Amino acid sequence: MKQYEDHIQMEFSLNGERVTTRFDVDETLLHVVRNRIGLKGQKGGCLNGDCGACTMLIDGVPVKSCLMLAIDAEGKEVTTIEGLKDTPVQKAFVAKQGFQCGYCTSGFVMNTHALLQAHPDADEETIQNWLSANLCRCTGYEGIEEAVKMAQKNL
Amino acid sequence: MEVNQSPLGRNERRVDADVKVTGQAVFTGDMYVSGMLHTAFKRSPHAFAKIVRIDTSEASKLPGVKRIVTGEEFPTNLGLYMGDKPVMARGVVRHYGEHVAAVIADTKKQAEAAVNLIKVEYEIKKPILSVSDALQADAELIHPDIMSYATIPAIIPQEGTNVPNLTKIRKGDIDKAFGEAAHTVKSSVSIPIGDHVAMERRAATCRITADGDVHITSSTQAPFVVKSLLGIFFNIPPGKIIVDTPFVGGGFGGKAGLQLEGLAYALSKSVGGRPVMVENSREDDMVTSPGHMGLEATVELAADSQGKLLGLRGEYNYNSGAYADYAVNISRAGAIAGTGPYRVDNVHIDSRCVYTNLPFSTAFRGFGHIEMIFAVERAMSELANKIGLDPYEIRHKNAIQPGDTTPVQSLLGRSTGNLRGCLDLVKNELGDITEVEQVDGKIRAKSIVSFWKAPAMPTNTDAGAILTFNIDGSCNINTGIIEIGQGTKTGLVQLVAETLRVETDMVHVEIGVRTRTSPTDWATAASRALMMAGSAAVEAAQDALDQMYDTAEAVLKVPKRLLDHGGGRIFEKDHPDIGLSFAEIALGYVYPDGNTIKGQIIGRGRYVAHKLTGIDPDTGQGHPDLEWTIGSHGIQVLVDPNTGIFEIERAICAMDVGKVVNPDLARGQVIGSMSMGIGYTIYEGFKFNSRGQITNENLRDHKIMRYGQQPKYDVFFLETPQLDGPYGLRGLGEPGITGMPAAISNALSRALGRPIRHIPFTPEKLAMEDHHE
Ligand code: FES
Ligand code: FES
Repeated sequence: MKQYEDHIQMEFSLNGERVTTRFDVDETLLHVVRNRIGLKGQKGGCLNGDCGACTMLIDGVPVKSCLMLAIDAEGKEVTTIEGLKDTPVQKAFVAKQGFQCGYCTSGFVMNTHALLQAHPDADEETIQNWLSANLCRCTGYEGIEEAVKMAQKNL
Repeated sequence: MEVNQSPLGRNERRVDADVKVTGQAVFTGDMYVSGMLHTAFKRSPHAFAKIVRIDTSEASKLPGVKRIVTGEEFPTNLGLYMGDKPVMARGVVRHYGEHVAAVIADTKKQAEAAVNLIKVEYEIKKPILSVSDALQADAELIHPDIMSYATIPAIIPQEGTNVPNLTKIRKGDIDKAFGEAAHTVKSSVSIPIGDHVAMERRAATCRITADGDVHITSSTQAPFVVKSLLGIFFNIPPGKIIVDTPFVGGGFGGKAGLQLEGLAYALSKSVGGRPVMVENSREDDMVTSPGHMGLEATVELAADSQGKLLGLRGEYNYNSGAYADYAVNISRAGAIAGTGPYRVDNVHIDSRCVYTNLPFSTAFRGFGHIEMIFAVERAMSELANKIGLDPYEIRHKNAIQPGDTTPVQSLLGRSTGNLRGCLDLVKNELGDITEVEQVDGKIRAKSIVSFWKAPAMPTNTDAGAILTFNIDGSCNINTGIIEIGQGTKTGLVQLVAETLRVETDMVHVEIGVRTRTSPTDWATAASRALMMAGSAAVEAAQDALDQMYDTAEAVLKVPKRLLDHGGGRIFEKDHPDIGLSFAEIALGYVYPDGNTIKGQIIGRGRYVAHKLTGIDPDTGQGHPDLEWTIGSHGIQVLVDPNTGIFEIERAICAMDVGKVVNPDLARGQVIGSMSMGIGYTIYEGFKFNSRGQITNENLRDHKIMRYGQQPKYDVFFLETPQLDGPYGLRGLGEPGITGMPAAISNALSRALGRPIRHIPFTPEKLAMEDHHE
């Protein structure tokens, strides 16, 4: 029998639950969460750090999970869209048409959620700094902009 | 009727809202079946080269590799309107990024590792990188076998050239018009090829089961096209092909036609029908799969002394890149609509689809109209300047009206949208269009343009709807329409609820499409979904009502004509309290003694385009244009003339949509279109080096609009009913992009005092290059 040293087992917290998972050292967090664990809510729009569809929260901080090695999540709290339910951000995205095809939506919701946790009173410039990390091809951003403002009011 | 408010015109909550904000919406790339194999592709680094040798020996030794295949294994060509594209390159590569070989392996990582070990020897040729070079008499032929490809009859390839389709429009007497003109102008514009950048990368899976069924799951806008083309090109009985489509993460035309499905089928077949996933990387999605066409165009206008248009001469050369499977019909659509929404009695247009050695093109939001309207509206503004006419005036004066004919000489009827009304709405917002304001060294300027769009579809384009019922009297809509983000599923619910006179929570809609069980539907494209599948859904609801009236007539013993429906009941007109609920009839009426009559209600609805024809190959005369969506755009820019840096402050759209079914969704479609139009005009387009290699094939270098770059949007709708649309509606998903390049160009041109003609309008260009025009 062979034993591979690049295959590792790691424990971390995913959406508030402890998970233990095995993967190769060079796998990204996005890959491990989607394909090893099977939570597919976060999308890979580019796998290159450019679109933000893969945004997860690591200890509350938004990170492009396509650029982060899964091993770096050891001992951390990882939150994906599956970990959010009925939040003001999600409600506002529904109310204000902050989505169309929905492919970018998980990433936008995660980033907006983190933004409003960190800066409940974020001004336009702060909002823009944060959300320009994500791309949406469908909405022209008006609905997203309104959703962020509505969520901010309803925090 | 017990429903308080009609579901039409209401901001109904989207049916897909909850699953989309919770990450539960499932897309093709999320779907694995056990035993699924993965793929990676060797791509061509060259734009034009002969393949001398492909060596896969090292690669095939890697662990996990199941098979490596090259294009030679698949002698078939694929293509929607023109079968010019091999499954993978055979003998020659015609654009950078073209598939040369495929590795099928247990994991993606293994497949990618093997790709790196494939060695390909090429004999490099000089690539043709512009339309004008491709049209030179001595240009090398990119497709020497152009005449042997299968095409639909509407396509007219030109032997011995790089032109897979030439569409001619000849109306009136063009020489006379120019001879009599008081004013003429001539203007040229250009647009680079570029990409749709749907956020979901294209994906397709295929498995072939022991019974011979071919199961495809694909991120397609056109599962029925996939079914029929796979049947034709691979000789499979169509009933054995089952195409499933879940949610699609944006299409914009790029997922219409045949995309990765043929490849997925060929690869699955090569490993004995095992499930195979083909999923583009972002880079593949941009350059290996098709993007949008480019354009080099010249428009000449002739007008009388008052600015009334007498004639238009247009030369539209669309850059299709290396293949033209879908694009041959785009250059044709640009010709059919080739004057913009103006009355022009004398027209002479040559519209060509032209091969070059750039990545190839397919349908893109606006389908040839965005390019053509840019060319026409730039010329209109130059004409207005020359005559000294207000840009609003000249458009108002020449606006097309019912009773006028289109470039293909089809007569516009009462359903024609109100262009003058749209122009007025935009002008109301912007005030004096010619006003130029100096603001701290910057210049603020405005523009107004017109647009129109007609679908360019097969003459027998169809849609269907099936309505089944549940025990509580609620119903389920099944159509072949794909939810690509546009919100049609929600609109269908509203149309059916209106017809049945029930609340929308009594109407359910199937999101996914499966070609074996959903009714046939041409494609979710051409802004046709709500109009055509909506017509079918309304007819299905009427058919269901008819059946329910039959049951009620028998049970209530009152003739049908004395019955009415509302609030989920059929009741006596004379005694509204006497009636039956839908729940009592939907699955057959059960008498107290257990006897049951009639059985379940199944509503059937169909739509097929009516009275469409092809066009005459020499004059373009015909009736290919089913319906026109007409409107106007206005733009306000603030530009620094020294740096060329500018901001689009306002983007306005007024459009005659016949009937607004869901105001929020309609506005979302129009704003989405406008934002895409802004990106197309000022940020996007492929860059390439002298060898034809694309240098911005990722989203870092190929910019699209980001959050914070959006202008203030204003959207207005007029409602001149489309008499053949359900409740008077017509398509609105695309037209909102079509006037944007022209509007931005015209505002910048006014600000800078010189014509801005070459997309993308980057600050560098505005500050420097265009000086030399
Ligand atoms: S997938 Fe991670 S940024 Fe695009
Ligand atoms: S909703 Fe489609 S990309 Fe944002």
